[in-house]
Amino acid sequence: MAKTLAQEFTKGLWDEIPPFRLVLGLCPVLAVTKTVENGLGMGMATTFVLLCSNILVSLLRNVIPSKVRIACFIIIIATFVTVVELLMQAYAYPLFLKLGIFIPLIVVNCIVLGRSEAFASKNKIVYSAADGLGIGIGFTLSLAALGGVRELLGSGCLLGKDIMGPSFEPFTFMIEAPGAFVALGLMLCVMNFIGKK
Amino acid sequence: MREMIKMVVVLTALAAFSGGLLAAIRNGTQEQIEIQQLQFVKGPAITQIMRGASNDPIKDRFKLEFDETEKSCFVGKFQGEPQAVALETYGKGYGGDVGVMVGINVKKNSFQGVWVTTHGETPGMGAKAKEDPAFVSQFKGLSLDQAPFKVTQDGGQINAIGGATITSRAISKAASEAVSIYKDHESKIKEQMKQF
Repeated sequence: MAKTLAQEFTKGLWDEIPPFRLVLGLCPVLAVTKTVENGLGMGMATTFVLLCSNILVSLLRNVIPSKVRIACFIIIIATFVTVVELLMQAYAYPLFLKLGIFIPLIVVNCIVLGRSEAFASKNKIVYSAADGLGIGIGFTLSLAALGGVRELLGSGCLLGKDIMGPSFEPFTFMIEAPGAFVALGLMLCVMNFIGKK
Repeated sequence: MREMIKMVVVLTALAAFSGGLLAAIRNGTQEQIEIQQLQFVKGPAITQIMRGASNDPIKDRFKLEFDETEKSCFVGKFQGEPQAVALETYGKGYGGDVGVMVGINVKKNSFQGVWVTTHGETPGMGAKAKEDPAFVSQFKGLSLDQAPFKVTQDGGQINAIGGATITSRAISKAASEAVSIYKDHESKIKEQMKQF
């Protein structure tokens, strides 16, 4: 591997930032980003799962037979997702209520499986950890940014605080599912525009 | 052959490790989860059902063993005496179990109220059962003698939510179950209620 540890970490923040560059894992991206808070919560849960599953997959990379590797990855990922679900129920119940079904669905998030398959199963533990953390934080930032745009336009608030003032007419379309597609498309467009320069 | 054995061993070991870890975490968090549910899910449901009660039904509760499962019962005081009791039952919905808090007015032998607590139903369809109280309010005041409760499609007395018959069935079934639990243990429940 030619890349340094720091590069493995930072690539997830821009070069391979999941929803915008890899355009992967769009289901939670579109579904839960009604507010910044939801986006952050979902992002952190995914980051935890990514980090833990990357470390464990990397640790076991020489033990897991290649024919059943996907099954092994899924067991590992599903375990950590359930851990997150239980912890969230125990310590952040209101967030759990809002994210609901999308927490167990992290299991089938292709970013998590993708990093196990494409990276952790071929690299050393520290690099895998850096990769998981980087991609996870990139994912969290993307969700928070998208959530921010939608919350600001859709309800005139940020993190539940009214910042647009009473004269602002909320653009409720942005809170609905089609608004997520439009917001994501526009943000992709901006990202590509900046990236081209 | 050798590879085959290795695959089985690795998968089994991983699954066993995963099972052990999850069991440990579940045991460790169970109590905390119960507290949180009481505060955020059961609490609001009980408050809705016991509206107008002179006590705090969330505090005035007792635990009773019903056919090997322990349930919390919440007592509501009206006109100075403990008249209503609420307990949670579950029905099979479209997306797993639907939790329903069922309030029973012991004195009038009727429903004090019914409220959905936990569910994994489809937003906009089955989830309406919780968001729109019109459906559950049908139970309010119904006599317990009319049990079992069913949706009109099944020849019952409850109008199902449009497009969410399965959810409506689940709630009706949970309500019926609560009634049958109450009927089976009526004397025990009434005995416990006297202390409040």
